[in-house]
Amino acid sequence: MQNAKDLKDYRSELRESLDNEFLRKTLDTFAVSYRAGRANAFKDVDVKALIKEIADGKDEAGQHMDELFQEFKKNAEAAGVHVHLAKDADEANRIIGEIAQKADCKKIVKSKSMTAEETLLNHHLEDLGLEVTETDLGEWIIQLRHEGPTHMVMPAIHLSRFQVADLFGDVTGKEQETDIEKLVKVARRELRRKYAEADMGISGANFCLAESGTIGIVTNEGNARLVTTLPRVHVALAGLDKLTPTLHDALRVLKVLPKNATGQALTSYVTWITGANQCLAAQDERKEMHVVFLDNGRTALAKDPIFKEVLRCVRCGACANVCPVYRLVGGHKMGHIYIGAIGLILTYFFHGRDKARNLVQNCINCGACADVCAAGIDLPRLIKEIHARIQDEEGHPMSSVLLGKVLTNRKLFHRLLKTARWAQAPVKEKNGFLRHLPMVFAKEQNFRALPAIADKAFRDLWPDIKPNVAAPKYKVALFSGCVQDFVYPDQLTATVRSFDGHDVAVDFPMEQSCCGLPAQMMGELKAARDVARQNIRAFEQSDARYVICSCASCASHLKHGYVKLLQGDHVWEPRAKAFAEKIIDYSSFMSDVLQVQPNEFQDKGSKVTYHAPCHLCRGLNVKDAPRDLMRTAGLDYEPCNEEEVCCGFGGTFSMKFPELSSELLNKKLSDAEATGAEELLTDCPGCIMQLRGGVERRGSSLKVRHIAEAVAEQRKK
Amino acid sequence: MSDHIELFKEKAKLVSAQVTEVASMDEAYQFVVDLCDKKEACQLMMSGCAEAVSDPAQELCDTKQRKVVAAPNLEEADFEKLAALCKAQDFDCIRQGMRQHLGGIDIGFTVCQGGIAETGTLMLESNDEEVRLATMVAEHHVAVLPKSLIKADSYDLEQELGERLGNGPSYTALITGPSRTADIERVLALGVHGPLELHILLLEA
Repeated sequence: MQNAKDLKDYRSELRESLDNEFLRKTLDTFAVSYRAGRANAFKDVDVKALIKEIADGKDEAGQHMDELFQEFKKNAEAAGVHVHLAKDADEANRIIGEIAQKADCKKIVKSKSMTAEETLLNHHLEDLGLEVTETDLGEWIIQLRHEGPTHMVMPAIHLSRFQVADLFGDVTGKEQETDIEKLVKVARRELRRKYAEADMGISGANFCLAESGTIGIVTNEGNARLVTTLPRVHVALAGLDKLTPTLHDALRVLKVLPKNATGQALTSYVTWITGANQCLAAQDERKEMHVVFLDNGRTALAKDPIFKEVLRCVRCGACANVCPVYRLVGGHKMGHIYIGAIGLILTYFFHGRDKARNLVQNCINCGACADVCAAGIDLPRLIKEIHARIQDEEGHPMSSVLLGKVLTNRKLFHRLLKTARWAQAPVKEKNGFLRHLPMVFAKEQNFRALPAIADKAFRDLWPDIKPNVAAPKYKVALFSGCVQDFVYPDQLTATVRSFDGHDVAVDFPMEQSCCGLPAQMMGELKAARDVARQNIRAFEQSDARYVICSCASCASHLKHGYVKLLQGDHVWEPRAKAFAEKIIDYSSFMSDVLQVQPNEFQDKGSKVTYHAPCHLCRGLNVKDAPRDLMRTAGLDYEPCNEEEVCCGFGGTFSMKFPELSSELLNKKLSDAEATGAEELLTDCPGCIMQLRGGVERRGSSLKVRHIAEAVAEQRKK
Repeated sequence: MSDHIELFKEKAKLVSAQVTEVASMDEAYQFVVDLCDKKEACQLMMSGCAEAVSDPAQELCDTKQRKVVAAPNLEEADFEKLAALCKAQDFDCIRQGMRQHLGGIDIGFTVCQGGIAETGTLMLESNDEEVRLATMVAEHHVAVLPKSLIKADSYDLEQELGERLGNGPSYTALITGPSRTADIERVLALGVHGPLELHILLLEA
């Protein structure tokens, strides 16, 4: 639940979670075992193809929601079901309350429904004097504790067996042991009585099949079978997004949903109910059955060109399972009612701007969620879009407006960077770091040392470095990005040097500027678009076949971000696509295009380990190239634990949430140190800034470099 | 075909189901009686019946005094065979009236209408509420699955399942292993609301 007034308030809540040792340990273990479980479940499955099919199917359904509703209604009514449509949460609650009162129901058992959480149904029913009991074990536990879920699939993952034993002690009036098996049996017996007494059952629905008017319910515990069987009235509450034309659509989702949620091939129970079935507790031995569909903004969402894909979500919870921020702070802080990346987005649509304002800023943009989403939703991008939308609605903060203004004016931006070089002189150390942070930074930024701006920017070094290639085999242009241009020019110099012997003609278009990702991260979409156009124009002047970018974040933004930013712009969309075609990261260019060979390198290289930048391994889906390159270049590469987990940089994220950024950084460095490597290599200057700054603060002997620097050094002289 | 059966066995075992091959229904009935004989009167003793619950919950539990086998979807003649074997052991054998046994029964015995090898899944027609209840309140669910009904994957079962759903009212269950939860500390526990054990009897047919 989100109750924080402002970002400051929100951050102090986050710090509370960081101090919760049990939560931290549980979520760490979970993150690691989930990854292995999911990989195992999908082995031998073309998961990307399956996800694409699901996405297409859900998109199609979303475009025909109204027709599907009509078809479902007709078929379900023919089988004796009452079908309702509620425009919002209040109306859904009112309808269900009236059903209970009309049928003279007093006691209600419920199986899990996120939609009922969305409408806060229990509160409403309890206000009417009805007794409501959640029967999913996790839901029951949190109901007894009067709190919301912290995970969509495992709602009580934040609680220990000790807390549950205490709670069950209160419920039974008898002291309880902390043995989990035993606690589960206590719940079984307590809840069995509730089913026996209930006169109404409320369930959710994972699928609503229009062709037959059937609902499909997915559970492991089997509680939904009892909820839909024993009481004489059954109400299923479902979002309109659960409507799907055929059984085939549902079976397809079932091939991914359980695997993605918990690594299971299939849940213990999948229950298909068509119509009012036999119920021996009812007078005519027929169940009184209702299906209540909830709109609550879904119809409008289906018409939104950008956000319609939100309706694809199948509620598997995987986006939380892989989120490095969720892993640190848990679901109460990483959502309002819906949790994880999708929760950040849905909160805005279902629960409003106030609840979403702080949340949407808490995305580090590592792309881990988009990589596993069962329905292929581009979650990080949509989170940024919401952030931008909120800023458009409420006014942009001064810092973000200024950033946007500065970034769109390249000359001003570069002049400022050069001015900063003079300004930093008094605090600049010989080792290239700032002795202490300039006044504009808060003290909490001190978890990592910040680098000084280089004496000479790459663009000023370029005339001296540019290689002379008489008969070029490859024509390439460099996109530097701000960090390499102004802070780490050596990385670009090394990039160029490592092409030696391959007849690569290199160009460096001077009109290039910041890629614009920071502007997008800050919700300044207009500035992000302006900069995109400037860069595309700058590179259209060059006849290069490839645009090499040795900053993973810039590269992924240039390749995928630009096309999306300029989508629908008749002039610029095609130009963005043509530009994107040329973008290639450093390691892929070396390994796949130049196809460098071991004999070009010295064979005795130092022991290195690797950090896979989010925007390379997921953003560009480049996984093998850097690892192959290190081995080819004669380096003794030792893989690092959790190599593909974010280092905590996330650009402006690390400025906004230093307490989270520093946790991720420390974990990363501990993993790297544990390999015993002398050097930690990576292919993103942003990561390097973070990692080096952390190494400096820890006083670690680990050396952090761009992979290009190590490769250039290994080249035979 | 035999590939399907091997895959089915492998996948069912992965989800903690116990798979046994039987040559005939008579063998299946004998399996049920033997299993019922061997098991504790109340399996929950092992893992929870000894634990203190609230008084009303205990009262419901106390309604179960004798060993009970329920076989709600057997034909009359088949049911008589099973009932005779149960009687010889002094077990109750019932076909209906499950609502009088919500405190629990020992074994729910059913014959399934289909299986999915890819996931080790059973398809069980549950239009009759006695079938739903027998397979939920039983401590052990024993399910007969004729081998010839096993399909490779869910799409192969789609047409049959679709016909059931299209002819409402209908209630159809896909069952993959016993009832399970991992809601407390992500520790797997079987039998949270339904069966603690699922025995699948693969029948030569």
